[in-house]
Amino acid sequence: MADAPVTAVRPPEPQPRDPDDADRPAGKNGRKGRIRQPLRYRLKRDRTLLLLCLPGVLYFALFFYLPLAGNVIAFQDYQPFLGFKQSPFVGLANFTALLAEPEFWSAVSNTLQITAIQLLLYFPAPIALALLLNSLISEKIKRFIQTVVYLPHFLSWVVVVAMFKQVLGGAGSVTTLLMEHGVTIGNVMTDPGTFKLLITAQAIWKDCGWGTIIFLAAIASIDMGQYESAAMDGAGWVRRIWHVTLPGIRPVILMLLILRLGDILSVGFEQIILQRDAVGPDASEVMDTYVYFHGVVDGDWGMSTAAGLMKGVIGFALILAANKLAHRFGEQGVYR
Amino acid sequence: MSQQSVVSRLRTARSAPLGASRPRRTHGRPPWMERPHWYGQGAKAAALVVLTVIVLYPFVLAIGTSLAGREELNANGGYVLLPHHPTLEAYRVILSGGVVTQAALVSICITLIGTALSLACTVMIAYGTSRPGTVLGKPILLLVLGTFLFAPGIIPTYLAVQQFKMLDTYAALILPVLLNAFNIVVVRSFFQSIPEELYDAARIDGAGEVTVLFRIVLPLSKAVLAVVGLFYAVGYWNSFFNAVLYLNDSSKFPIQVILRSYVLNGQSINASAMGVHAVPPATSLQMAVLIIAIVPIFCVYPFLQKFFVKGVLTGAIKG
Repeated sequence: MADAPVTAVRPPEPQPRDPDDADRPAGKNGRKGRIRQPLRYRLKRDRTLLLLCLPGVLYFALFFYLPLAGNVIAFQDYQPFLGFKQSPFVGLANFTALLAEPEFWSAVSNTLQITAIQLLLYFPAPIALALLLNSLISEKIKRFIQTVVYLPHFLSWVVVVAMFKQVLGGAGSVTTLLMEHGVTIGNVMTDPGTFKLLITAQAIWKDCGWGTIIFLAAIASIDMGQYESAAMDGAGWVRRIWHVTLPGIRPVILMLLILRLGDILSVGFEQIILQRDAVGPDASEVMDTYVYFHGVVDGDWGMSTAAGLMKGVIGFALILAANKLAHRFGEQGVYR
Repeated sequence: MSQQSVVSRLRTARSAPLGASRPRRTHGRPPWMERPHWYGQGAKAAALVVLTVIVLYPFVLAIGTSLAGREELNANGGYVLLPHHPTLEAYRVILSGGVVTQAALVSICITLIGTALSLACTVMIAYGTSRPGTVLGKPILLLVLGTFLFAPGIIPTYLAVQQFKMLDTYAALILPVLLNAFNIVVVRSFFQSIPEELYDAARIDGAGEVTVLFRIVLPLSKAVLAVVGLFYAVGYWNSFFNAVLYLNDSSKFPIQVILRSYVLNGQSINASAMGVHAVPPATSLQMAVLIIAIVPIFCVYPFLQKFFVKGVLTGAIKG
């Protein structure tokens, strides 16, 4: 490269034909020499495909983008009988009212606490389990354990909470068993003090096994030769995990961490709604439940939509920020 | 087969040249790995046993309790792991008509109809956006992918459903959750991994888009459709909050809502009103409802287990 004359005429590189270019409108810099069919012709040509897309597009328009636009009621004093066309606009009044509401701040604080606990305890759990599964030599045992630990993922939250209740509730089997041996743990299911740990435990029980799938795949992509050389250099299994396995799955860990960071403000909505009555809102109210109970249940539409919108916007910003951060660390991130 | 290629692409993602030979993962212990100490093995085995017990214990407990009679429950302090005199009385009571039977039927219908609709629409939009060069293909795809970034929120969605006059109808349990962008991406990326030559050959033979979809694409996609169908079906069967949000009429409640009111909120199952004389104990009835809410998942799980890892990975990489 270095000693090639600067004036050398490079043969034009064959441009990879991107078929999607065919319907990109030719702007000022539009590549020449490409024949573009008129739009009407292309619509007619692809009408079958477009028809196939129609139900899906309708769904996203009606149940996603329309409600997304419906967030305008966050800036309105929304009255159900007036509808959002006639309800008066109140500017940011809903937001200022919301920020002055102690219950809202309690919900924010609960949400952040739960996220912190889950990042600390729930996030590493599948990684640890994946390392354990990966260390199993016998394919049979490995497959059996996988079958077992994936199963709870497919249960509904109602079932999971009901199962925790039958085991750890006030009259639960383990509670009773411990009581017979002189250990009193009380009713874990209704204790506001330990509620955040309880829902983390439930989340781990339900999804830890399922979470291993992606880590196991990432581990499988690591070159076995690296392990072999590490072993030759005298690295024991701990060092092999620390210096080969974990760096090997770092991009996946970072990617999932980013996704989780973008979701900081949403923590187990159904799970918490199911147990809110048992432990009381002081310990269990999170942003989503706050929106639901103040909006749909109490009818304070404008303010709760404002809370929901705020959550959505912050979540969106967090995703972008976390992705930037990943690029800063030299990782791929979720998207470019 | 093309799905495998996605998985193998992940496997080779970090090794430099594609197709370069590298040590294969083989069964058994690699020669360089040291023989484990007995205590290491012991600790590992103990961890696995504890893990299995923690996951399976609640299932066994629920099944055992649902089959136990009153005396046994009283003697064991409320729950029974393995009943000595199993009886199906609790199931007979809750399935002999009444609230639980009704709810189970509602859930079954919602799941079947919803899954069929979801799967059909997913295949259609995935195919419609998977062919290269389709006019409007990119904007439609962006429409789908946009759902990953934003969320409309509970209240606006609720108000939209209200505007469409769907409150208190079964449609509210299906239509608002009809499609899932993740599933569309999975199916679409599978369609795109089908070799282009197959499409070309079919087209040369004069097949239109619909014929290609039905005769070429769908027969090749059984595995991915099974996975995505499973995800939709599990979603419908397990859905609880939408019913609470959109339904008022308790006769329309699906099984999960009924399970919640009986087991979590402690509402008593009115068995004597069903004309049963010897009423089974409340705990047995509750656990029987719980088991009914799990049984369908148990039924499909073994069949689909071999597919879903691939499905999850495809979505994870492309999405």
